[in-house]
Amino acid sequence: MEKSTRETLQQLAKNIRIDIVEEVAAAKSGHPGGSLSIADVMAYLYGKELRVDPKDPRDPDRDRFVLSKGHCAPALYAALAEKGFFPKEELLTLRKMGSRLQGHPDMTLTPGVDMSAGSLGLGVSAAAGMALAGKIAGKDYRVYTIVGDGESEEGQVWEASMFAAHYKLDNFCLILDWNGLQIDGPIAEVMNSAPHKEKFEAFGFHVISIDGHDFDQIEAAFNEAKTVKGKPTAIVMKTVKGKGVSFMENQVGWHGKAPNEEQKIQALAELNA
Amino acid sequence: MADKIATREAYGQALVDLAETYDYLVLDADLAEATKTVKFKKAYPDRFFDCGIAEGNMMSVAAGIATTGKTVFASSFAMFAAGRAFEQVRNSIGYPHLNVKIGATHAGITVGEDGATHQCNEDLALMRTIPGMTIVNPADAVEAKAAVEAAITHDGPFYLRFGRAAVPTINDKPDYKFELGRGVLLADGKDATVVATGITVSMALEAKEILAAEGISIRVVNIHTIKPIDKEILVAAAKETGAIVTAEEHNIIGGLGSAVAEVLAENCPVPMLRLGMKDCYGHSGSVPELLSAYGITPEGICEKVREVIKRK
Repeated sequence: MEKSTRETLQQLAKNIRIDIVEEVAAAKSGHPGGSLSIADVMAYLYGKELRVDPKDPRDPDRDRFVLSKGHCAPALYAALAEKGFFPKEELLTLRKMGSRLQGHPDMTLTPGVDMSAGSLGLGVSAAAGMALAGKIAGKDYRVYTIVGDGESEEGQVWEASMFAAHYKLDNFCLILDWNGLQIDGPIAEVMNSAPHKEKFEAFGFHVISIDGHDFDQIEAAFNEAKTVKGKPTAIVMKTVKGKGVSFMENQVGWHGKAPNEEQKIQALAELNA
Repeated sequence: MADKIATREAYGQALVDLAETYDYLVLDADLAEATKTVKFKKAYPDRFFDCGIAEGNMMSVAAGIATTGKTVFASSFAMFAAGRAFEQVRNSIGYPHLNVKIGATHAGITVGEDGATHQCNEDLALMRTIPGMTIVNPADAVEAKAAVEAAITHDGPFYLRFGRAAVPTINDKPDYKFELGRGVLLADGKDATVVATGITVSMALEAKEILAAEGISIRVVNIHTIKPIDKEILVAAAKETGAIVTAEEHNIIGGLGSAVAEVLAENCPVPMLRLGMKDCYGHSGSVPELLSAYGITPEGICEKVREVIKRK
């Protein structure tokens, strides 16, 4: 990756992280930890990968993105706002009455949101349905979905995986956010969903394991995924929950808690440093 | 009342018959032979996708397909379509108001020998609570085909309830017209009204004959569209006949009986009785034995009518 491209993506990821902190702080509720862990991949998706146009958010030929771990909507909204799907000021209306930015994504309200999701496991199936529909219609769009590692405890994730492999959906790319934590504690203690790589391989996926905070690895993975024929790809992405805010990193307690004013100021100072 | 045909047979045939007129896909969950989507699968293999025994996934996959502008049918038994996959239907299909048409077969106790685990008497109750869901429970093969076409041309989520057992064809008339959301006045009468849906519609017509011999005159109303329900025809029946009996192959809680009671309680309260499954599970057995055991018969309807008239 060229230095200028990496710097652009790093700046976008930084902006997304700042947006996430400001959104959740303004809402006084929400999910900062898992939003911060996917900030880099969201920057890559909306900064470089996805064929989407903010001026035509319903273009039938666009790539699709489904945030199956919909509670990390602050990261999606930040990416969409940074990309120009709606004004950035709107981010501060997150979770408030009358806002287009619901606690979990609503495709009928928010420009750029391709599927309403948030009840865990459902989004990944919907994404597979979009990929199948693309194949049937002879379109060349691709479908991306981010699934949480905790979310992968839901059986539906594996029903959808079986489906995607069975129908050879090579236009389907599942990104697993392996941040290692869920609400009640470390995944290894609550309900161990690992090993993910072996499971997706057994389900018929081409699997790529990467560091989800390294843009070179993210780019290589997405490029590799596009060369795979006859099977879907799963990118198992090791991440740090709360990445970028020191006191949130790897802390279970920051799954679904908003920073207070003081914490917000500290978080923004770190991100802006 | 000529030949007897199961509404699931009519469903499968309608999917084939309408395939050249309308553009849609059909999904099933390893029950195509039973839901009769197999007819469509054979005729249009490129438009049929089996999702395997994973109904929750099927409903969300259907929703994903529908986001691309394609209408899609998703079929399984009522127990799994409405029961197991309730949350996927609610969140993936209902909440974004997508064009997924749920073809639910084997509803009610006429599943027969498979027994209570597969006899869904709760689907109407579940589906009625989903905002924006349209629900149709056709009475016979003619109405079933019309309902399938109505589902295709309607914008939004749709639940179609079909049965396993063959039922008399009562709508094979040249002037038959299906109007979504409109009840059908099948026979007039003055002493009470029987409001029926699905397999109980032909039973209500039989009950009318039995009661006529006793000097009791009943109106028979077919409510094929459970939601949105035809308030007008119900309120008129209450006003003009003064007593209502509902009859359904469903729990008396949450289905047609409840829907009618809600309308009458708010608009025109009159004596009313509900015939259906009395908040219980079914049992293995032949269809006639089961219908008889749970009182979902023409005679069962007559008993309710005699009782409700006493309360006028």
